[in-house]
Amino acid sequence: MKAISHVVQSIPPSGIRRFFDIVSTMHDVLSLGVGEPDFDTPWCVREACIYSLERGHTHYTSNYGTIELRRAISQYLALSEGLEYHPENQILVTVGVSEGMDLAMRAIINPGDEVIVPEPCFVSYKPCVMFAGGNPVVVPSYAEDGFAVKPQEIRAAVTSKTKAILIGYPSNPTGAVPARETLEEIVRIACEHDLYIVSDEIYARLTYNGKHTCVPTLPGAYERTILLNGFSKAYAMTGWRIGYAASSPEIIEAMMKIHQYTMMCASTMAQVAALEALRNGDRESDEMIEQYNHRRRVIVKGLNDAGLPCLMPGGAFYVFPSIKHTGLSSDEFCERLLFEEKVAVVPGNAFGECGEGHIRCSYATSLDKINLAIERIARFVSRL
Amino acid sequence: MDIEVLKILARDARTSPAEIAVMTGKNEDEVRHAISEMEQAGIIRSYKTVIDWEKAGVERVFAFIDVRVSPSRGVGFDDVARRVYKYPEVHSVYLVSGDYDLRVVVEGQTMKEIAFFVAEKLATLDGVLSTRSSFLLKKYKEDGEIYEEPEGDERLAVTP
Repeated sequence: MKAISHVVQSIPPSGIRRFFDIVSTMHDVLSLGVGEPDFDTPWCVREACIYSLERGHTHYTSNYGTIELRRAISQYLALSEGLEYHPENQILVTVGVSEGMDLAMRAIINPGDEVIVPEPCFVSYKPCVMFAGGNPVVVPSYAEDGFAVKPQEIRAAVTSKTKAILIGYPSNPTGAVPARETLEEIVRIACEHDLYIVSDEIYARLTYNGKHTCVPTLPGAYERTILLNGFSKAYAMTGWRIGYAASSPEIIEAMMKIHQYTMMCASTMAQVAALEALRNGDRESDEMIEQYNHRRRVIVKGLNDAGLPCLMPGGAFYVFPSIKHTGLSSDEFCERLLFEEKVAVVPGNAFGECGEGHIRCSYATSLDKINLAIERIARFVSRL
Repeated sequence: MDIEVLKILARDARTSPAEIAVMTGKNEDEVRHAISEMEQAGIIRSYKTVIDWEKAGVERVFAFIDVRVSPSRGVGFDDVARRVYKYPEVHSVYLVSGDYDLRVVVEGQTMKEIAFFVAEKLATLDGVLSTRSSFLLKKYKEDGEIYEEPEGDERLAVTP
């Protein structure tokens, strides 16, 4: 048999996958490794979906998504960010941000184009660039900067082949929220070199200190930004696989073309659910966010007290403490913690080389479990 | 008054001031002070435990008694309500809109005990025109607690 695609061969399997395989062989593991809310989807959302199924709403929708949902998204972006995206041709409903990211990359990349990707970052960014035929150019970010990328390092990474900058704040895995000025500077660089900005803002609503900075609202950003967002995190809807992209009509048209031939449309029932989430889900969403905020402070104090230096993250539901002084690598630390104390956390290097020496802990877990996990982590660290 | 502290205590009354301080980013003394102020002001009325008595094997019968009241000069709803809520077997009393005026929740050990209480104590009060009793058969949800086994965490243990 001939070999499979060399692009696919060249991409290593996700570091999380390997770790998941180990964890899944064990029982009674206390997990801080879960990248999704512990809350179930608000009942009003589930109920709206059940009702629509009962009424037989089980057919294809427009490739762009239902116009009702696109109008609601457009209205949401107008009210919350003052952004104007026309529901007819500037919004595309996608199968989660994951599909949106893939579409965005394939819509803008020509073979050999470079895309600047600040790390540590979500595991799919680099592979998406590569599947689209592009070359990811990694720019590391560091704990001393709160894991916000340094704009001058992005500037230094720009070449004649650079096509886009791919950012995702608040960050999975670090929880980082860069200062507005940092994002403005990144936009300025994009303008100077005529680059696209792809901004994954799935954790936007989970911003704890002040208001989220939505990248396309920054001066010069609107025309060149592909805004990706969805319902998974804010409305606890991960399993529904539903999100959206908002950008210029040209970009959305290009993304829609790929989506049309590969996906047809996002799941109809998930679109119904997303519409209900936008209409009536905020009360429960706000309640969840308040609880994440409480847990955030508890886990940061707990990990610091346990001897793992940990920054206070500004958003998402992750902390990214340092384990450097233990002398263990991220992989060793996580494996030993798992085998010796049955606590699962994710090695930081799964999110990029500069994540080595860190672990990702999710606080999308009940306070009781967080406290128990911290107790065990403290015991483990004190033994090292 | 501190709504954030109240919401934490409403969720779990055993959360200590030290824990609340960490959760809210306030200092512990500040939290202690806020709580005692709210206790003194009667905002925090008491701390109780939600118990599934049925599971504990303790037989308790509840009935909802709707009471129609004819208020008269000098004897308003409040006066009738006061005479009702003084009974220890009365769990709660509400003034409500609709066909009936008071909704009384009565607690007893047997249905018979409650029936006698209604017939002898409630129905005979001055100003009470009529009553309608409904016995509680099954509790699905009370005070925000769903009375079913909580479902386990179905999430995969490690996800990106």
